[in-house]
Amino acid sequence: MEFAELIKTPRADNVVLHCPFHLAVEGTLCLTGHHLIFSSRRQDNAEELWLLHSNIDSIEKRFVGSLGTIVIKCKDLRIIQLDIPGMEECLNIASSIEALSTLDSVTLMYPFFYRPMFEVLEDGWSSFLLEQEFELLSSVTNEWRLSCVNKDFSVCPSYPPVVIVPKSIDDEALRKVALFRQGGRFPVLSYYHKKNGMAMLRSSQPLTGTNGRRCKEDEKLVNATLRSGRRGFVIDTRPLAVAQQARAKGGGFEQEVHYPQWRRIHKYIERFNILQESFIKLVEACNDQSHNMDRWLSKLEASNWLTHIKELLTAACLAAQCIDREGASVLVHGSEGTDSTLQVTSLAQIILDPRCRTIRGFQALVVREWLQAGHPFQQRCAQSAYSNSKQKWEAPVFLLFLECVWQIHRQFPCSFEFNEQFLIMLFEHAYASQFGTFLGNNENERAKLKLPQKTMSLWSWVNRPEELARFQNPLYEANSLVIWPSVAPQSLQLWEGVFLRWNRPSKFLEEAEEERINIIKYNKELQAKVNALRRQLAEMETDEVEQEE
Amino acid sequence: MEHIRMPKVENVRLLDRLSSRRAVVGTLYLTATHVIFVENGSETRKETWVLHSQISSIEKQATTATGCPLLIRCKNFQVIQLVIPQERDCHDVYISLIRLARPVKYEELYCFSFNPKLDKEEREQGWKLVDLKEEYNRMGVPNNYWQISDVNRDYGVCDSYPTEVYVPKSATAHIIVGSSKFRSRRRFPALSYYCKGNNASICRSSQPLSGFSARCLEDEQMLQAIRKANPGSDFIYVVDTRPKLNAMANRAAGKGYENEDNYSNIKFQFIGIENIHVMRNSLQKMLEVCELKSPSMSDFLWGLENSGWLKHIKAIMDAGIFIAKAVAEEGVSVLVHCSDGWDRTAQVCSVASLLLDPYYRNMKGFMVLIEKDWVSFGHKFNHRYGNLDGDPKEISPVIDQFIECVWQLMEQFPCAFEFNERFLIHIQHHVYSCQFGNFLCNSQKERRELKIKERTYSLWAHLWKNRADYLNPLYRPDHSQTQGPLHPQIAPCNFLYKFWSGMYNRFEKGLHPRQSVTDYLMAVKEETQQLEEELEVLQERLANLQKSQSGNNKVKSKQQDRSKQFGLYTSNNSLANTPQEYSNDLKSFPSRSPSQGDEDSALILTQDNLKSSDPDLSANSDQESGVEDLSCRSPSGGGCLPSEDSGKDSDEAVFLAG
Repeated sequence: MEFAELIKTPRADNVVLHCPFHLAVEGTLCLTGHHLIFSSRRQDNAEELWLLHSNIDSIEKRFVGSLGTIVIKCKDLRIIQLDIPGMEECLNIASSIEALSTLDSVTLMYPFFYRPMFEVLEDGWSSFLLEQEFELLSSVTNEWRLSCVNKDFSVCPSYPPVVIVPKSIDDEALRKVALFRQGGRFPVLSYYHKKNGMAMLRSSQPLTGTNGRRCKEDEKLVNATLRSGRRGFVIDTRPLAVAQQARAKGGGFEQEVHYPQWRRIHKYIERFNILQESFIKLVEACNDQSHNMDRWLSKLEASNWLTHIKELLTAACLAAQCIDREGASVLVHGSEGTDSTLQVTSLAQIILDPRCRTIRGFQALVVREWLQAGHPFQQRCAQSAYSNSKQKWEAPVFLLFLECVWQIHRQFPCSFEFNEQFLIMLFEHAYASQFGTFLGNNENERAKLKLPQKTMSLWSWVNRPEELARFQNPLYEANSLVIWPSVAPQSLQLWEGVFLRWNRPSKFLEEAEEERINIIKYNKELQAKVNALRRQLAEMETDEVEQEE
Repeated sequence: MEHIRMPKVENVRLLDRLSSRRAVVGTLYLTATHVIFVENGSETRKETWVLHSQISSIEKQATTATGCPLLIRCKNFQVIQLVIPQERDCHDVYISLIRLARPVKYEELYCFSFNPKLDKEEREQGWKLVDLKEEYNRMGVPNNYWQISDVNRDYGVCDSYPTEVYVPKSATAHIIVGSSKFRSRRRFPALSYYCKGNNASICRSSQPLSGFSARCLEDEQMLQAIRKANPGSDFIYVVDTRPKLNAMANRAAGKGYENEDNYSNIKFQFIGIENIHVMRNSLQKMLEVCELKSPSMSDFLWGLENSGWLKHIKAIMDAGIFIAKAVAEEGVSVLVHCSDGWDRTAQVCSVASLLLDPYYRNMKGFMVLIEKDWVSFGHKFNHRYGNLDGDPKEISPVIDQFIECVWQLMEQFPCAFEFNERFLIHIQHHVYSCQFGNFLCNSQKERRELKIKERTYSLWAHLWKNRADYLNPLYRPDHSQTQGPLHPQIAPCNFLYKFWSGMYNRFEKGLHPRQSVTDYLMAVKEETQQLEEELEVLQERLANLQKSQSGNNKVKSKQQDRSKQFGLYTSNNSLANTPQEYSNDLKSFPSRSPSQGDEDSALILTQDNLKSSDPDLSANSDQESGVEDLSCRSPSGGGCLPSEDSGKDSDEAVFLAG
């Protein structure tokens, strides 16, 4: 298909662009296969806006006489308005944008056309291989092994080709366990707590059904992670009633009789459509400019968004507490094991593992616990808060995770190497990007699409020194401790950086950040100067002593 | 001392409000000025000190098998829960505290016994730190349009006004006196802020006694005079900060508001800020939300909304913004009043001044601002903050709301203020503490009669002495945010107003960020300063060395430097932290680092040099005052040691509930 077929009016002049907190500007609008480009020709400050079609969540058009207005709502929550003279032009442009922003073939997406303008220093597609992760693990324990049982994705289509499992469990057993877990997602290692050797596993629900089916290999697998005489905890992200109902559909949970060394805790974490509705309501509330103080708080409350944040953080803290404080291994799962499970396991690692609080370590975490673990990004992030699609599979699961990280970051502002912008950047790229990283729903699909060969990795771009500099937290001081956040309502705040980003003046806050950076920078410069001088003095003084001798 | 029935009770348990399992046992002491709880055993013997004047309510709860619970709520939002073994002891403590918390005469207040060991001269210097005459000079008055009037020199015209009042030059004594007779409590229009740049001013008064039709020529002339003092403008705004309905109701009582037809060239404007009773109830409701044991997100947000607190804060801010805009952008003078002109008027005038003039965003300027709009103009500190036993209906968090407005602005303009959040919290604390004389009584007249300046110390001198603790590291005098007026967002950006947990959950450290960006940056800045000094020394030495051949004290200085560096990093890293109970009936919010939070205690302990009869009391003090602190710290302070959560019993409780 040619994009040109979809673009009937590639260019319109005298278009007026309205953005919140900016004066309206007049300029030229151009449509290309992947971008909406607006440029003002004013000589004093030429402004350009490049908007990826895939970032457009919804579009509305209306007319006053022959002047058409298009309101574009983006997946990054920004809203812009374009006034386009001429009814035909406006209709053409609107229908082109609509078509181009809802292309149904992945291979037509921008990442397949994008040619980077920067030099690739490191190919992000091979920056975070599970093999490297395993090497690190091998240096502290030999209880685990790398299994290639899924090398052709036949055992579990949503798992990566290699996984880490207990050494004592062979591939044959893994195949059997896979048949006992929904979607073949048998328990694999998610995190190993070096401090006490405890492990966090993740999987999908066991297929016990109504007649209490069991699988000896599954029991053996999970038990292999326990120290003798110690017990473990299963954290089920569904309430007990839901887990029980799941049995009727062939699902279920680990029953005490068959898993006597394990205790099950049910921690309810909301699922897809409820989360999506909550997201939509919250964004509506944030964009509503008319209400008074009371209605703002009641709308914030009614969205339930912060409730979901609190639930999620609580579950993650509980998992971390079991591992670090109780000295127990933990198995986390819900139903499919691709959403709430990953939220819990990845957040628990933020709390437990200082490495995950570094820029590089956080990238590795996202790759390991989200991309390789088979979180269906393409489905979940197909639409954002302005969509009116009633598809069931869209949900801000990854955004909730990022926000929880932000909440912990806010409570421990000196313990993270990255800043808020880093998290916001990941949110944007998960929903619309020039990079291939978040395309596809799992490694299997990514391999079929040949993403590593045909697209650029987000990490190739992020890990260049000039980009990294933008994402550094100036206050960072490595903190090797476990960090326990407070989950009390008083401690949780709305993530303004995402939800109010386009509706509040940010100048003063940006200036404050600049000030913080400068304070630290100046200190470091002085430190370097003083050190250099000290060395110089020391050398001169030694020379002198030698001369005297 | 005659009110203390029971100076000491042993085996008292101090409960953690959020987790009954974190109770500690100790001894309770009642002194003439404080309630003190000293934890038993352990090397630390942690202490909790509470000033009697901070106590807002004492509740004796039903006796249980373990003893008789006593709940003490404080005006600085600390809540203390004690369990006293014997009912009789509890009753005695209760009766004693009821009396001690409600002194009947000023002489009983702490400031008359508080002795920071300063000599007479230092005390006098302290009181001179803030000088209002100097302040009006700074604003540019007296000048061609404004003069100082001595019409109130012996408080003859208005007993709640200061002796020195600034009025328009054309307002004769006759006009002033005439106008004062037409205003509630004779609080005639007087200058609060003058804008040198464009001659616009903010004046304040009480409501006119207009009833349904009364007029007063002198009052009309007074407003005319205010307008004339601003030659660039042909009208003035009259801002009534009350809801219209309230103002109308006042007309029936012979009071009311200005009729635009009677006054030439005024534009009248209502800005609905609720009265002190509504505000008192609102705070009460919000505190109930803060006190919930383990609220869900919905409980909390719903309760916060239901309290209406943030709505009231916004109303005050909006009024301030309106006035600041009129003065700065339109160049129009404004007369502000409410009913008596000492609560809402004080709030609104001071918010407007703060927005208009960067000077008030300095530490010194902020003290001046409070002295000007609150202390000198007769804000009734004694009645509003219940320093002496009085009518509970007079109590209302009026200045608390102003302080919160400042905090909300600090959140929106992080570089605009020289001082930090701690400065505000400590001022709020001392409005209630009665440790310093500044906020005693209801008016300047009463303070003079009581000889406050000769008998007590000034808070401003104390804060000034410790100003290093109160600095905002992001403040630079040459920063763009510190120049000229601030322009906050007005409606409808309601989301800009946030719940201030640093104030209302001040003593629950577990709820606050565990690392303070402010403290971190201050430490960095301090180190930077040391580095600058060292750099200078090194450069000098280098120059000397290049010239001659000396330099034998190098080893010593190197070692010093290293320890300096080490100091900075350890303080940032000592992040002891324990998990909460992350299960459904989550109860506790423990965990704080030992490096944090000495501020509160500093407040109560460091400066007051308690002359306690029991030396143990102060000897072992580790300067902690929060109840939280006593219970939640793990013994070693390390983050990697098992806390009491890991014990068998607790673990059952945690997970079974889950």
